[in-house]
Amino acid sequence: MTQLALVIDLNVCVGCHACVTSCKQWNTSGTAGPLQDLNPYGENPTGTFFNRVQTFEVGAFPDTQTVHFPKSCLHCEDPPCVPVCPTGASYKRKEDGIVLVDYDKCIGCKYCAWACPYGARELDEGRKVMTKCTLCVDRVCSDTLPEEERKPACVMACPTNARLFGDVHDENSEVSVAIRERGGYALMPEWDTKPANHYLPRKITELIDEAKL
Amino acid sequence: MKPAFSVIFLTTLCGMAQGLMLALVGADVIGGGHTTPLAARDFFVGGAVICLILGGLGLFASFFHLGRPERFWRSAAMWRTSWLSREVIAVPAFLGLCALYGWAHYTGQRWAPIAGVACALAALALWVCTAMIYACLRFIREWASAYTLANFVLLGCASGFTAACVWAAWAAPAWVPAYLQATYLFLIVALAVRLLMLRRNAGLKPGSTVQSAIGINNPRIQQKSMGAMGGTFNTREFFHGKSALFIKNARIVFLLLIFPGSTLLLALAERYVNGLLLIAALVVQYLGLLAERWFFFAQANHPQNLYYQVVS
Repeated sequence: MTQLALVIDLNVCVGCHACVTSCKQWNTSGTAGPLQDLNPYGENPTGTFFNRVQTFEVGAFPDTQTVHFPKSCLHCEDPPCVPVCPTGASYKRKEDGIVLVDYDKCIGCKYCAWACPYGARELDEGRKVMTKCTLCVDRVCSDTLPEEERKPACVMACPTNARLFGDVHDENSEVSVAIRERGGYALMPEWDTKPANHYLPRKITELIDEAKL
Repeated sequence: MKPAFSVIFLTTLCGMAQGLMLALVGADVIGGGHTTPLAARDFFVGGAVICLILGGLGLFASFFHLGRPERFWRSAAMWRTSWLSREVIAVPAFLGLCALYGWAHYTGQRWAPIAGVACALAALALWVCTAMIYACLRFIREWASAYTLANFVLLGCASGFTAACVWAAWAAPAWVPAYLQATYLFLIVALAVRLLMLRRNAGLKPGSTVQSAIGINNPRIQQKSMGAMGGTFNTREFFHGKSALFIKNARIVFLLLIFPGSTLLLALAERYVNGLLLIAALVVQYLGLLAERWFFFAQANHPQNLYYQVVS
């Protein structure tokens, strides 16, 4: 069974937010309707985004690292948001494991957002339904886009190739190899939600001692 | 979590209706003192109508929680997996049985007490559904325990029996003493359970840490940016935005209003045989229940908050 997912390489993410803006651009322009922006040019702009890049400082000075941390729906293999939905609007696709919201069935009760430990879902203030990362299902499953563009918009936009996309159930896929060989991990494993998306940890790098070369 | 008043009114008003129905059925089946059959009939019919009004108001309030209330009818679909969906079925089932019970007494049906028992069972089922909506979210640890269910049932019974005292003072005064005794009992047990629940929640360790949230094992991790400037749905929905002092005061207020507050007024009403004091006890207790439910939501600490510690 296929399980599409993103694998995010924290070694090379530079926090440029290109994934954020390309995600917004693609997903606000489709047939599912726009992603609301409130007060976009004012003092406190807010709006619906499926993907955000957060920044953390790790360690104590002077041994600190700045970690840019992109976060979107993790498309859990056992998604806690799906069984709680009272209308069946939240569902996980059997064919590729993408977790989606049927905007025509959603009543905007927000219970799925309560049930997601990762805060991956956002109620759209314009449409008043729950929204989330679709893994660009309309790109991935497109018949009209060129083959090489049938990937999520964020993956296409990333200038450092920090975002890998593929089937984590295919052990020979690029993403499975990356998870296996580079210590890919899932977020909050303690809740046993089995996130499909994985993160590649930072490698410890050292200065090259030229004398030893 | 940010407390939503729609849900606060839903759970407190329906809880009172469910408790009142248990009080009515208790008197109907067990009996609570001598009264004329006609007065008893009026008491049960009127009580069922009060249950319908309270439950109807709660149901009405719940619609304000929905982004798309016109699609409410879809929410009964997933009863196999969703406690919310089960609640959506249990509320009208309870209200329907309330109406049937009232109608059965109004028309003098002999099976009226059986309808009452069915309605009482529906009330219990509704409590299970309502409480499990919160208790099944295992990573919201303040909610994920049997205390949530016990608290909803006991506070619902306490408020419902207080309402029964008020209604009995009007329609069947002979039953007031028995109802008062039951109310005291529910208040004492509810207080004990609520204090145990507070003690449990005060000692909880968070199930997730910022280390497990971003998967980096370093004791010093500081968030520098949440990736949004003006807040997001995540900052609006999951943070109550009040100070620790406000939360502490809310706890003191609900404990004082519900337990010593309403108990004292009930005792004074009993001492001076005064209906107005009974009404005052119900009002004070209900205000306390609103504060209690507000606190119940505000105290819940969602793990997603680990990702939203700094606005920038």
